[in-house]
Amino acid sequence: MNPVETNPIRVRNRVVYQLTPGRIVAWVLLAVLIFITLFPLWIVIKTAITHPKELFEQATLLFPSDPTLLNFRRALGMVSLEENLAVGGVANINFLTAMRNSVLFTLTIVVSQTFFSAMAAYAFARLRFPGRDLIFFLFLAATMIPGAVLFIPNFILVKNLGWLNTFQGMVAPFVLMTPFAVFFLRQFFLAVPKELEEAAYLDGASPFYVFWRIILPISKTPLVTLAILTTINTWNEFFWPWIVSKDNNMQVLTVALKMFQSQTPQGSPDWTGLMAATFLAIIPVFILLVVLGRQVVESLQFSGLK
Amino acid sequence: MEQAPEPGAIQRPRRLPPALRQFFSREAMTGWLFILPAFIGFVLFYLLPSIRAFSISFTDWNLLRPPRPVGLENYQALVADPNFWHALKVTGLYVLLNIPLQTVLALLLAVLMDRLVRSIFVRAVIILPYLLSNVVVAMIFLWLLHPILGYINVFLGLLGLERQPFFGSPDQALATVAGVNIWRHMGFTALLFYAGLQSIPRSLYEAASIDGASEWRMFWRITLPLLRPVTVFVLVTSVIGSFQIFDTVAVATGGGPTYATRVIVWYIYENAFQFFKMGYASAMSMVLFLILVVFTLLQMRLFRAGHSDLA
Repeated sequence: MNPVETNPIRVRNRVVYQLTPGRIVAWVLLAVLIFITLFPLWIVIKTAITHPKELFEQATLLFPSDPTLLNFRRALGMVSLEENLAVGGVANINFLTAMRNSVLFTLTIVVSQTFFSAMAAYAFARLRFPGRDLIFFLFLAATMIPGAVLFIPNFILVKNLGWLNTFQGMVAPFVLMTPFAVFFLRQFFLAVPKELEEAAYLDGASPFYVFWRIILPISKTPLVTLAILTTINTWNEFFWPWIVSKDNNMQVLTVALKMFQSQTPQGSPDWTGLMAATFLAIIPVFILLVVLGRQVVESLQFSGLK
Repeated sequence: MEQAPEPGAIQRPRRLPPALRQFFSREAMTGWLFILPAFIGFVLFYLLPSIRAFSISFTDWNLLRPPRPVGLENYQALVADPNFWHALKVTGLYVLLNIPLQTVLALLLAVLMDRLVRSIFVRAVIILPYLLSNVVVAMIFLWLLHPILGYINVFLGLLGLERQPFFGSPDQALATVAGVNIWRHMGFTALLFYAGLQSIPRSLYEAASIDGASEWRMFWRITLPLLRPVTVFVLVTSVIGSFQIFDTVAVATGGGPTYATRVIVWYIYENAFQFFKMGYASAMSMVLFLILVVFTLLQMRLFRAGHSDLA
């Protein structure tokens, strides 16, 4: 469905394209909303390139008088601890380790969750087996359960398995499925014409072959959509990694940032270092948006329509 | 006694009742095999924990000693706990501070984009905040709203206005948390509305404008009624999310100052991981669950979900 192309609005748009007072107000409003969206991000960048010693003097400026990359070097652990302390830094943030952990955490979950959810979704959409509808109903019902109900028993389970502060413990609740992912993909598989599979089955193909070679390739769009949504959610996940991985070497970015912030004494947090780390943490998301902009926008836009 | 069937011979049906035959058929086996990994994940991390949370809520358990069954005591204590009621009140207030303004701003932004610029670039810009984690967003605003050095306060100072404590004041902290989340969610919510706007037939607007209807009138008579299914979806999901506000509180305020932002999930977290009252925390999570279910059903009913006026 592409209303922009099929509807005569374009013609109408041209006709109405004069600057009436109403239209000017509308443009101004839009500009204000976009400004509100972007302004805080500029302050992050501005602070990150301000020298820690000059933070106070430069507070009123919108651009630092002598921008520096020192804070990024500090966040990346490229300066010695003494040098760091000398400019008001507090501790070295283990930024690269946290970044690596976040990438591993996200990649593992996105790949395996999407794959296993797709397998289940295919079975729910196409194969007949006793108990199918009941199990699918349970999956659907589970989307209603708030995280606050699940985290205590899940924490106890992971603790009893001895998986606190381990990678397994961090990814365990997410690697095999989420009810949403199964539900989402099943909708698409239901719409795939059956003839495609039937021909393959007549040729003696196995269900897994059909799934792997026919279903997955033609479902690229929904799979990418789901993978993007999962990537965003996983990259930003805070609560679960926070309660199961207090260990320095295991922290993902969100946890490391929170730890870094709470380590700093109340009086003088290392704001320039913190903003540099924050900016570095945003970069991967920014890259995702630049490289896959259209898909990201369409995935999010789609997440509400189903 | 059974012989391998000769090639081409009609295979005799095995002596199994039809139900069982279906149970062990090749297709059934394949089906189960396909859902097996997801099913294991579901049982371990959704089904059993739900049951377990329910049963823990009837015990007294600090994780060190074995759980002691206490019947309904946790629930009774809950009703008598002023902190619990306070947390519920704070959460309710938070939802009220968050949802109406966020929804109105998002709708405004969506209509503006729909009428002025359909560019994918603008949409990419406005969803940027949503792509940042709650932790990053909280960090940004802790700095931006810093009582002395934060740019907003510097700006207020330049205008000759009084500096505000924002997160630091019991009167402003909750509204500040709401504002921060409005900033993060406005663009994403606008995108959902925008998608809904695209499915409204343009011909309706054309007909209305030929009849001399103003933009304002078209919005109330065409856009809003036809957008209702999307609005219901947006409201239901954002209210559910808003009720479970946690990350921003955890990073920016820690429930303070003086409990002004101790929302329900933060209070559950405190009970579970700071006071180690697993039973009490679970009982509270059950109540939260119940509230969310009631709210969802209520909202769906209220807005006659899923029925567009377009039909």
